[in-house]
Amino acid sequence: MSDAPVLEIRDLHVSIGDVEILRGIDLSLAEGEINALMGRNGSGKSTLALVIMGHPAYEVTKGEILLDGENLLEMAPWERARAGVFLSFQYPQAVPGLQVGNFLRKSVKALKGDDAPSAREFRKQLNEACEALNIDRKILSRYVNDGFSGGEKKRFEILQLMLLKPRIIILDETDSGLDIDAMRTVAAGINSSVNGSACLIITHYQRILEYVRPDHVHVLIDGRIVASGGYELAEQLEAKGYEWLDQEASP
Amino acid sequence: MSEVAREAVGDYKAGWHDPEQSTIRFDAGLSEQVVRDISELKGEPEWMTDIRIKAYHHFMERPMPTWGSTELLNTIDFDKICYFLRSGEGTEKNWDDVPEDIKNTFDKLGIPAAEQKWLGGVTAQYESEAVYHSIREDLEAQGVVFLDMDAGLREHEEIVKKYFCSIIPYQDNKFSALNTAVWSGGSFIYVPKGVKVEMPVQAYFRINAENMGQFERTLIIADEGSSIHYVEGCTAPTYSSDSLHSAVVELIAMPGAYIRYTTIQNWSNNVYNLVTKRGVANENATIEWIDANIGSKLTMKYPSVILKGEGAHGEVISVAYAGEGMHQDAGAKMHHLASNTTSKILSKSITKDGGRGSYRGMVTVSKKAENCKVNVVCDALILDEKSRSDTYPTMEIKNPSCRCEHEASVSKVSDDQVFYLMSRGHSEDEALALIVNGFFEPFVRTLPMEYAVELNKLMALEMEGSIG
Repeated sequence: MSDAPVLEIRDLHVSIGDVEILRGIDLSLAEGEINALMGRNGSGKSTLALVIMGHPAYEVTKGEILLDGENLLEMAPWERARAGVFLSFQYPQAVPGLQVGNFLRKSVKALKGDDAPSAREFRKQLNEACEALNIDRKILSRYVNDGFSGGEKKRFEILQLMLLKPRIIILDETDSGLDIDAMRTVAAGINSSVNGSACLIITHYQRILEYVRPDHVHVLIDGRIVASGGYELAEQLEAKGYEWLDQEASP
Repeated sequence: MSEVAREAVGDYKAGWHDPEQSTIRFDAGLSEQVVRDISELKGEPEWMTDIRIKAYHHFMERPMPTWGSTELLNTIDFDKICYFLRSGEGTEKNWDDVPEDIKNTFDKLGIPAAEQKWLGGVTAQYESEAVYHSIREDLEAQGVVFLDMDAGLREHEEIVKKYFCSIIPYQDNKFSALNTAVWSGGSFIYVPKGVKVEMPVQAYFRINAENMGQFERTLIIADEGSSIHYVEGCTAPTYSSDSLHSAVVELIAMPGAYIRYTTIQNWSNNVYNLVTKRGVANENATIEWIDANIGSKLTMKYPSVILKGEGAHGEVISVAYAGEGMHQDAGAKMHHLASNTTSKILSKSITKDGGRGSYRGMVTVSKKAENCKVNVVCDALILDEKSRSDTYPTMEIKNPSCRCEHEASVSKVSDDQVFYLMSRGHSEDEALALIVNGFFEPFVRTLPMEYAVELNKLMALEMEGSIG
């Protein structure tokens, strides 16, 4: 484990249509470190997550994202996934007719190729992860996110995280819609997966950070990171809100 | 298939053809003499010749349907079609006796391998007639009759005479008249009282020659309390000129009997597929049509069940895929004639690259049929702006006690759905195949495992390179 950044975002500008959403982001994610990105709704947090994963709706107008020094922006979303990038979605999509068990197995195979665990080993990992996340194994024969409650969707994202074992973990508002018990369970799942990976937690509440302690906290306002610090910054935000930082955001 | 062959036919896997090796080939075109010649060649009884001739005249006089795709129908040149072509020397019971090229064709299609593993019987039709036919000895010992239709007529003339055209008269439509006039091959099945045939029996239909007309005729009779699952598959070479496939299938389910009839239609996209399928379900009998239309230029097919006896159940579960230059006009018909009858129609269609899919369905409930249940669900998935999907449902409910449900949905694949799957390591094509296979899943679930795997592969192939 080294502190050299594995994912490096430099002066990133992103637009959708004519609207510029990210206006120059610099952010480094190092192996074994947890970064938290906080901000209000509409500040551009989810945009950053989707751009790292390669969503086609967004246009990068300037800047770069490097993964181990390689240009991530030239890679298709599935190539990024195969290189070890994982996004836990804020709004996971339903795929009617696609069974969860089948989907998980296929995804592990797509990501790991020949290094995928044997069917037996996979089943073992799956059982352990379901148990850790308090997920009923009946989920395996349900269809991907189809008719899932908000909480079920979030747990299912973390189940995928635990099985796919990525190097770069992006969690987009994984805590929203979870009650306190579910949040503890999910946080334990995240902590067990973070081990050695680079992790970015996107949230607008400080609550989840009590369970998944970040090494660095960044505040995003209006498409720019206006403050960075340690865990104490998250506590300040919890106490004071975002307003005191608004001046920093104005150009 | 060789690499060269694969290049020549593109994505369609079954599009190769063998050198034609006919022992008898009729000149192209249709006349009363052609009809008489077919009947004479087969040494048929006079009543069959007579019905063929009547049907021929009806076909000639009957105008083309003015619905479905009249435009495409009117491009069929009946004078260019060959109405009878015999390959080889007859129907063999051993694959080793089937002419080499023909045997190779069925090998490539995986038929002998499937037969060994999990089928109760197989008939393989090549052009106009069966070249191979076999049934497991234990089924034969239980009195199950599974023959090609020509042999059925020779060996069980009384049964054939009783039921032939009894469910689908030749006057039913223009193409049932054509089939009755020039029919050749198909399957004849009789399952005795109480016999449950556990393993599916399969018929495979292959058109090899260019401008070929294939007109198989199938008759299945399941006697009281018996059950059978019949599966048919079909493919043809890709040619620049058109071929015609026009089958007639009649099913009779006696009281308490169960018939499941599964079709995986994967004709090349130069084949007109105009088929009439209908079954009669008596008291407490069940007829299920499981119908996949993946290929052809134009398919018009509406499997029907006449629910004649009290407590009878009918089901049509169908999927259709229409790609470039394809029109699938498919659907279902249910006629509730008796009380406490139930029916279910599930139709799923996918269109892409300018393909056109139509669901055309009819449900009738007669005045004296009490407490019937009807459930119709139509789902369409449209993959791009160029493609089109329509539904034409008709319901005539004459008894107020009927409980009737009808749902229809049209959806498009969303970018977010594809992106979600891509973020888990699946390429664009793979993501789309996962979505499409998911859409077809309620259908695929009804198939034997071997077919389910095959169908999923087929759809994955169709999805390659489909997102620009």
